[in-house]
Amino acid sequence: MITKLNVATIFVLDKDEALDFYVNKLGLEKGQDVKQGSYRWVTVRVPGNNGTEISLEQPGSPLHDDATAAQLRELIAKGAMSSVVFSTDDVRGLYETLQARGVTDFTQEPIEHFYGTDMGLRDPFGNAIRILQQGKVAQKVTA
Amino acid sequence: MSRDVEDLNRRLLRARDAMDRAYAEPLNVRAVASVAHISEAHFIRSFRAAFGETPHRYLQRRRVERSMFLLRETDRSITDICFDVGFMSLGTFSRTFREIVGETPSDYRAANGPVMAPNCIWMAATRPRAASSVATRSSSFGEADAPAAP
Repeated sequence: MITKLNVATIFVLDKDEALDFYVNKLGLEKGQDVKQGSYRWVTVRVPGNNGTEISLEQPGSPLHDDATAAQLRELIAKGAMSSVVFSTDDVRGLYETLQARGVTDFTQEPIEHFYGTDMGLRDPFGNAIRILQQGKVAQKVTA
Repeated sequence: MSRDVEDLNRRLLRARDAMDRAYAEPLNVRAVASVAHISEAHFIRSFRAAFGETPHRYLQRRRVERSMFLLRETDRSITDICFDVGFMSLGTFSRTFREIVGETPSDYRAANGPVMAPNCIWMAATRPRAASSVATRSSSFGEADAPAAP
């Protein structure tokens, strides 16, 4: 029986820039940061959660040949690769916090749905991030 | 070369996001192209190369998708929904909806009720595919005014 989603991957164009965004802007904490030769394994995770590590992977050697890496980079930049959904207990407060930290690339301001309130943004490379404050599920939506 | 494509793609994505965000407003191709910091003609050409359809077609399908959502989930009148999602006339809305979805807004509403799944999923997954015969030019969006691709 599988008991936990341990590591998921987000493809980024630059690991240092990704760390700055995911830790200093979004508020995650750095997990692993291990170097072996030219390869650097770096992860971020939700603080204090003992949850899933998000591995920040950069297309290129030694994982990919040059042509594959170039294709991946172009796909990342047009938003066709990774996306993740986080949970929060205060999506509107977080929206203001992110703006104060200089985040501008919002795809959606906080909007209420029958399942809660969520917002959308992109990381510096084009990956989609959604953040949801779970709410009560209404039985039926009528205007 | 590849870095140039990445940079262009990222700016095209930002412009596409702007259409997803502001579909309810009267957008034109000049305003959307300015989000990507490129000329209208270059924008239309490169957007099509990156995403497989013109910016106007993309916007039409977003508006029709949002109208399908409102037809399913609310009791608002079809006229109200038409303007809610950014169409400027009921005639254009009805014709575009029929071309893209294959049935009229009222027939679609009669056949489909509310769906319980996250909005972001439906925004992405239920946006209708357009038939190849659907017109891609429109006077209000302004693509027809842009210089033709060489």
